[in-house]
Amino acid sequence: MALTLSLPRLREPSVLPGFWPALGFTVAYLSLIVLIPLAALIARPWEHGLADFWRTVTDSRVLAALRLSFGAAFIASLVNLVMGLITAWALVRYDFPGRRLLDAMVDVPFALPTAVAGIALATLYAPNGWIGALLAPLGVKVAYTPLGVLVALIAVGLPFIVRSVQPVLQDLDAEIEEAALTLGAGRWRRIRTVVLPAVAPALVTGFSLAFARAVGEYGSVIFIAGNMPLRSEIAPLLIVIKLSQFDYAGAAAVGLAMLVLSFAALLVINIGQALLLRRGR
Amino acid sequence: MSGVSQASSHPARAAEDGGRAQGLAVKDVAKRFGRFPALKGVSISAEPGEFLALLGPSGSGKTTLLRIIAGLETPDAGTVFLQSEDFLAQTPRERRVGMVFQSYALFRHMTVAKNIAFGLEVLPRAQRPRKAEIKARVKQLLALIQLEDLGGRYPRQLSGGQQQRVALARALAIEPRVLLLDEPFGALDAKVRKELRYWLRRIHDETGVTTIFVTHDQEEAMDLADRVAVLKEGRIEQVGAPEALHEHPASAFVFDFLGESNRLPCHLSGDLAAFDGFSAPAVVAPGASGNTTAWFRPHETELSGEGPGLGVTVTGVHNQGGLVRVDLSAADGSTFEVDLPRVSRPTGLGVGAQLKLRPRRVFVFADAPVP
Repeated sequence: MALTLSLPRLREPSVLPGFWPALGFTVAYLSLIVLIPLAALIARPWEHGLADFWRTVTDSRVLAALRLSFGAAFIASLVNLVMGLITAWALVRYDFPGRRLLDAMVDVPFALPTAVAGIALATLYAPNGWIGALLAPLGVKVAYTPLGVLVALIAVGLPFIVRSVQPVLQDLDAEIEEAALTLGAGRWRRIRTVVLPAVAPALVTGFSLAFARAVGEYGSVIFIAGNMPLRSEIAPLLIVIKLSQFDYAGAAAVGLAMLVLSFAALLVINIGQALLLRRGR
Repeated sequence: MSGVSQASSHPARAAEDGGRAQGLAVKDVAKRFGRFPALKGVSISAEPGEFLALLGPSGSGKTTLLRIIAGLETPDAGTVFLQSEDFLAQTPRERRVGMVFQSYALFRHMTVAKNIAFGLEVLPRAQRPRKAEIKARVKQLLALIQLEDLGGRYPRQLSGGQQQRVALARALAIEPRVLLLDEPFGALDAKVRKELRYWLRRIHDETGVTTIFVTHDQEEAMDLADRVAVLKEGRIEQVGAPEALHEHPASAFVFDFLGESNRLPCHLSGDLAAFDGFSAPAVVAPGASGNTTAWFRPHETELSGEGPGLGVTVTGVHNQGGLVRVDLSAADGSTFEVDLPRVSRPTGLGVGAQLKLRPRRVFVFADAPVP
């Protein structure tokens, strides 16, 4: 047999036509809407030098905003992890009047224009609003505080967790739970050994979606946050402020900082999910 | 032996009662789901150590009955007792029954060994065996199911038959007082089914645990069980040893469900069924008389070229190992099946041949004859 030297092939032979046009279109499209803007964001901050970039990013106002945006997003997603799981559980496991209506309501934060949600929340939680008035005597202020930011982020994040977990719960084999029951496992033990392992990957997916959304959330937050620098000002708002002051490099610097932090967070979450998925599956 | 029959005061740890098998009594149990009556007053008992099969088509209520015994469903009426214990007053956990599902229902994220140990590890601390004891018990069960080396595997790494063996070991680990199996071999292919069937019977004979087995496969039930209960539309149609069911089926339904059957109108006089120009001995169920339907098996039917008998035409000939199955139809359009041993296959048997059909023995029932 003759020795043949073959170059590694770019693609496996396929009977499906149109590989090159499809790939070409995909690359061009992704470049246009993702890669080029991303490249611009990475290229822009350096026009006044590294020192200037560093000064912008470590400015106490910027640091406070980043801490609030990421911290509140993280806590809100954690809250939604628990609440979303319970909501999905109730919607899947029980049949009650109004279940479908409740199910549809989960999507409202999705469907509502974010500004509308923000104004509604701000009105409700203001010291003279329906809920704010009840909380005020207890000394709890929600609107125009970091707590208000948290409330808004919880509201926008809920659908992500519920919609990620719901189909998995639906497909959960009831017989596995019944097996655990006849083997003598108590309620908590059954949830821990049967339900949680099954929904864990979906929970992580929902968490990362909710987190990503919450970090970038703007419309619904700015109305309820009060936007006090160093206290209740979120990073996306800071970008808008810098842009309105024609500080393009500064705005891009904050944007780049958010990008790096988001990537780092998603990387950690994805590694966690990969570990979860590897376990016995 | 000082066998005092007294309910174990430790429902969760009763190997102390010497492994003595316990009897189960179900009385007048009824259950409806919405408007659908799944069980319409069922009474049946399993003797201590008995292997009882619940046999019936889907929708006959057999699985519902099993789930009621396990405590996974609550009956609308009736009682379930294990010896002198009121089962219905106990939680599934207190009943300590071993349940095996058609879908195996293994814990996917746990190893085989962990799955088997599960029922022991969830015991309250006071009753839980020590770690070394659990380990030894798991090892022993792995040997019983002949999967000694697979304790560290995950369920998805096993074949269906192996997974079901693990599920059985997991159920046996808690030393169940009753073993309940819900179509355990339903998802397996025919060959594995048969292997596991004999294996299950062996395990039952070794452990002596009272076993109730749900299936819609009559061959499986008849082959495996000490007694078979045939269910139909939420009622028990007949209970008996496989032999008795074959020799004295109580109804046309039971006869038809237990194997292939042929039907022919007849006139019954005494224990002789008279047909048009010939007759056959009949096994007569109480209440049957006059003009009725005779039921007979394909292998209890003769075919011949001449003589008395029903004129039929061959429509198909199928070779099935040692048997030849012949499809036939009469002038009025009714169809018949006859099994002949290959060695006694008549010459000239082919599609279109005109033959005479004569049952060697027929069964006659009182219930509405379905022509």
